[in-house]
Amino acid sequence: MIDQLPVFIIVIPLIFAFITPLLGWWKEKLCYPWVLLSLSLSTLCSVFVLNRVINTGTIHYYLGSWTPPWGIEYVIDHLNALMLVIISVTALLVAIYSKKSLEQEIPGKIVYFYTIFLLQVVGFLGIVITGDMFNLYVFLEITSLTGYALIAVGEDGAPLASFRYIIMGTVGACFYLLAVGYLYIATGSLNIADLARLLPNIYSSKVILVAFAFFFVGIAIKMALFPLHVWLPDAYTRAPSAASALIAPLMTKVSVYVMIRIMFTVFKPSFTIDMLPIADIMVWLGIFAIIAGAVMALAQTDFKRMLCYIVIAEIGYMVGGTGLANSIAIKGVILHILNDAIMTLGLFTVAGIVSYQLRGHKLSDFKDLFKKMPFTMAAFVVTALSIIGVPPTCGFFSKWYLIQGAVTVHCWAFVAALLFSSLVNIILFFRIFEIGYGFHEPGEVHVHGGEKAFIMEAPMTMLIPTIITALCIILIGIYNQLIITNIIRFAVPEL
Amino acid sequence: MFDFIISKYNYWFYIILMMIGFYAMIGKRNLVKKIIGMNIFQTAIILFYVSIACKKGAATLPILEHAHGHGEHAIEVSSYLNPLPHVLMLTAIVVMVATLGVALAIVIKIYRRYGTLEEDEIIEAMR
Repeated sequence: MIDQLPVFIIVIPLIFAFITPLLGWWKEKLCYPWVLLSLSLSTLCSVFVLNRVINTGTIHYYLGSWTPPWGIEYVIDHLNALMLVIISVTALLVAIYSKKSLEQEIPGKIVYFYTIFLLQVVGFLGIVITGDMFNLYVFLEITSLTGYALIAVGEDGAPLASFRYIIMGTVGACFYLLAVGYLYIATGSLNIADLARLLPNIYSSKVILVAFAFFFVGIAIKMALFPLHVWLPDAYTRAPSAASALIAPLMTKVSVYVMIRIMFTVFKPSFTIDMLPIADIMVWLGIFAIIAGAVMALAQTDFKRMLCYIVIAEIGYMVGGTGLANSIAIKGVILHILNDAIMTLGLFTVAGIVSYQLRGHKLSDFKDLFKKMPFTMAAFVVTALSIIGVPPTCGFFSKWYLIQGAVTVHCWAFVAALLFSSLVNIILFFRIFEIGYGFHEPGEVHVHGGEKAFIMEAPMTMLIPTIITALCIILIGIYNQLIITNIIRFAVPEL
Repeated sequence: MFDFIISKYNYWFYIILMMIGFYAMIGKRNLVKKIIGMNIFQTAIILFYVSIACKKGAATLPILEHAHGHGEHAIEVSSYLNPLPHVLMLTAIVVMVATLGVALAIVIKIYRRYGTLEEDEIIEAMR
C-alpha cells in the first residue's frame, strides 16, 4: 500500500475528476466537498511521499511493473517531492477558496469547472512526478488544454485571450515534442535517467544541440519568459478569479521546474553550463525580463494585470538565477519556486476577493479597503512585503540567496536588476496601500471615518485560504533554513 | 548539395509543412485559418515521427508471421519497422484532436460574442 503512494497522487484526482460530472448531474452541491476530498487525499499522499523521500531518498515507481527504459517510470527525488507538496497544497487552498467566487462569476458551469480544475491539477502533478520525456509532454498538454478552457470562461474578452494562449502554447508544446523526437533519434530512449546515461557520449552531436534549443524555446513559451510573455497578461487578467489563482502560481513555476530538470538532469551541467554559452544568455534574458516586467507593471491601472507583470518579472528571477549556475543561486531559485508559488497565490486570492466584493479589479477599487476589509488587506500587506523582500517574510530569503549567488560570480547586472525590481515593487505596492488608506482624499475619509457598519469582509471560505497563505509566507520565511537543509540542499545539482 | 536534400527528403518535407503551418498561425488574421495552420504544424511533427521509424530495405510490420515457436521472421530487429514512434504519435494525435476541439469551441464563443472571426475586427469591437 505504502509503495503505491506515488501513483495515488495522480490517480486520485484523475478518477475523482471523471466522477465529478456524474455527481454534479445528480446533485450539484456535492461537487465542492467532492473536490475538497480528492485534493485533501492527494495532498496527504504527497506529504507522505515527501516525508519518505526525506527519510529514505529517491523513490522509483514503475507503472504496471514494467521496468524502465521500456515502461513509464515515476521518479520522486527531493525536488519533485517539494514541487508535489507545493502543487497539491496550492490546489487545495484554491479549491476551498473557489466556492463563492464561482457562484458569482460563472453560475451554472460550476460542475464542469471543477471537472476541468481537477484535471488541471492532475496535469501539474503529472509533469512533476514523471520520469519519462514523452509522458511529460502528455501531462504538459493536459495542463495547457485545461488551462485554455478555464481561462476561456472568464469575463468579457477572455475567449480571445485564451485563443491567443492556445496558438502560443501549441507552438511551445510542439517544439517540446520535436525536441523529444530529436533526442529519440539520437539515443533511442525516452526515459530521463536512461537519457542522462546515454547522452554524455554524443554531446557534440548537432542533433542534440538542436534538441536542446527546441526544449529551451518551447519551455520558455510555456513559462512566459520575457519576449515570449505576450499571452500571459491578457489570459490571467480575464480568467475567473479561481482559475487565475490556480494557474498563475503553478503554470509558470512548473515550467521553471521542467527547465531545471532538462538542464541539470536530462543534460548534465558539463553540457549546459560548460559547453554551451546558454548560461550567460539566460542571465541576460532574466535581467531583461525583470526590468521589462517591473516597468510594465508600473504602467498598469488594473490590479490583476499588474500582478501578471510581477509574475513575468519573477520568472526573470528564476531564469536568471538558473543561468548564474552556482549552487547558492540554484538554491535560491528552488526556494523561490516555493516562495513565488505561495506569494502569487496570496496576491491572486486577494484580487479575487476584491473583485468578488466590488465587481472589479481596478487599482481605484482599492479605495478605503483597509477599513472595509481589514483581514484581507492584512494578508495582502504580508504578501506585498514578501514580494518586495522584507526580512521576516519568505520573499527576502530567496532574493538573498539569488543576490549572494550573483555576487559569487560577479554578475553585478543581475544584482542591479534584482534591486531595481525590489524598488519598483515598493512603489507598486505602497501606491496601493495609499489608495487603500485613502490618504489622497482626506475630506472623504473623515465622512466615512467612524462608520462601523462599513466593514464588508469577504466570506469565510475565501478569507481563510488567503489568511493561511499569508501565514505560510511568514512561516516559510522563519523556517527557511529547515527547508533548505532538509530538502533543497539535496535538490541542487552538482555544479 | 542536391544529394544532401534528396537523401534526407523526409526532413525537408516536414520542415516545409511546418513552416507553412507556422506562417498561417502568425500571418493570417482569420481565426479559423490560424487553427488550420496550427493543425498543419502539428501534422508536420507527426510526419517527422512516423518517417523516423522507417528502415532501409525490406522492413515490414512487427507482426509474428508464424506465431508460437516460429517467430524467427520478427526476431531480427532489422527486418521490422520501429513501432514506438507510431505508438507515441497515437497519443500525440489524441492531444492534437483535443487541442483542435478546445480551439474550435473557443472560436464559436468568440463568434457568438462579436459576430466575426477576423482578428482586427474583433479588436476593433473590443474597444
